[in-house]
Amino acid sequence: MSDLSRAQTFDEFMEGIWRQNPVFVMVLGMCPTLAVTVSAMNALSMGLATAFVLVCSCGLVSLMRNIVPKEVRIATYIVIIATFVTVVDYVIQAVSLAVYDALGAFIQLIVVNCIILGRAEAHASKNPPITAMVNALGMSLGFVIGLLALGTVREVLGAGTLFGVSLFGANFQPWVVMVLPPGGFIVLGGWLLLFSALKRRKEARLAAQEGGHGA
Amino acid sequence: MNATTEIRSAPHIKGPRSVEQIMANVVYSLLPVCAFFIYQYGLSAAASILVVTASCLFAERAFVRTGTQAGSLSDFSATITGLLLALTLPPGFPLWMGAVAGIASIALGKAIFGGIGFNVFNPALVGRAFVQAAFPAAIATYTPSFLAGRFTEFIPSSLAWPLMAPADTAAWLKAMQYDTLASASPLARWKFEGFVTPAWDLVTSLTGHMAVGPSPLLIVLCGAYLALRRFMDWRIPVAVLGSAGLSALLIYAAFGTRFPDPFFMLFSGGLILGAVYMATDMATSPVTPRGMWAYGALIGVMTVVIRYYSGLPEGVMYAILIGNAATPLIERITQPTPFGKGASIQARRQGSYTLHPDYISREEAGAKTPKKRFLKNKPKKP
Repeated sequence: MSDLSRAQTFDEFMEGIWRQNPVFVMVLGMCPTLAVTVSAMNALSMGLATAFVLVCSCGLVSLMRNIVPKEVRIATYIVIIATFVTVVDYVIQAVSLAVYDALGAFIQLIVVNCIILGRAEAHASKNPPITAMVNALGMSLGFVIGLLALGTVREVLGAGTLFGVSLFGANFQPWVVMVLPPGGFIVLGGWLLLFSALKRRKEARLAAQEGGHGA
Repeated sequence: MNATTEIRSAPHIKGPRSVEQIMANVVYSLLPVCAFFIYQYGLSAAASILVVTASCLFAERAFVRTGTQAGSLSDFSATITGLLLALTLPPGFPLWMGAVAGIASIALGKAIFGGIGFNVFNPALVGRAFVQAAFPAAIATYTPSFLAGRFTEFIPSSLAWPLMAPADTAAWLKAMQYDTLASASPLARWKFEGFVTPAWDLVTSLTGHMAVGPSPLLIVLCGAYLALRRFMDWRIPVAVLGSAGLSALLIYAAFGTRFPDPFFMLFSGGLILGAVYMATDMATSPVTPRGMWAYGALIGVMTVVIRYYSGLPEGVMYAILIGNAATPLIERITQPTPFGKGASIQARRQGSYTLHPDYISREEAGAKTPKKRFLKNKPKKP
């Protein structure tokens, strides 16, 4: 692999983690993001389940990109995604019934997660399999990071634990609102605020640099 | 001459009053109420007022500095939010939770809408709603007023470590030989025990060891000062209290045995404080006089409905937040008629318009071409 293509691959990978982060930049897939991030464990399992479906379905969609007629492509994507979601659904049920019960219908709802369909339509159907899967891997890592960012804050404040480990002792006062739906919106808003503040700061710095060069 | 022309949008006529002046007067009028609160509950109340107000000011400073919003600490608006928030919280509310409430009120209630004047909801009530959702047990824990050692020791729940659960006040009260049942607020006692506190005791707040806020009489006097100096519109508190009293009276007249008398409803809980100081917040209440009446009536009725028919003993906070949410709508339907417009509307209503082919659009089959007077800018044929 030449240096250029390696740099391109790395760029494809990093795009989903930072520049096009599905949670914090594109604000896609809000339904699982808000609903299952009550604890860090839930967030992580949801993220990994979505990652598996995203990577596999993007690979398959990319392989079939030249034989699927344009008119039926969305239906084909949905069938492919649904296949992998069924696999994930059974696997989670077999591995941990507790996680399966905690995530509930949101595992099946991965089928309609717009990150996956969006990637299949916008990227996988136009790129070779390796590139598509690398990009999907970056996207799913970005999604896992986003879910974990919400899940850890909500679990630490809402229950005083992190991945089930008590952080503050028995006398901790839980913030009830954090495990309720409003808590999800408040924490998501907080993270979006932080990222937009960082972005604005960076833009201001770049503008100042350019101004400096001009003078 | 070095004259500059300034181009501005309306309003062009300015009164001599500034935001700072109005806000400062509201703060002055709140000081006696705060003093009474400290007299009732001692050290804990004083610490609560200080910590909550300081956290509001801190949050305001942080947002004004980092954001692009207008406003500054010297306009006193964050001070008012802090004082009002502290007055609505129980005196033994843990101080760290008070700080959370203060920061939440400025951040969620004010800063995200764009700062002073842009907020949709009353910031103090947003802060209180946040801690009500986050710490429902602590916010329902009241302690009796006028305890013997109130100026020398804190209520134990005040001094909880940050993030830690507050100490149990029931055991502390038991050690001081107070009946723990008497430490519930009058509204909670009515809701859960059916005990109606006499209204006159509630008006002064001075009798016995009732777990109540500052005296409604004092709040009304302080509000009257503001209303007389025209820093506050008298219509809103009158509408709130009038509609709450009237609806309570109607329900009392219909099913008297199950519900308390209207005077108890008026003077218990935070209704007077809410009607005088929170519903009248200028940014979140209607500006039209008819709208003020509608807004106040909505809040009063909602308060009584929530108190009587919901699981919560107190409903003023949610009633005012609902009123705030309805404010843009109320303002829209109570727009006064602009000068000169009323007559023309009346004239047009009186005129009659029969169906005439000229009104039918040209696309319709068989319609005549409209006469020239309806198409003044008719394109000329080339």
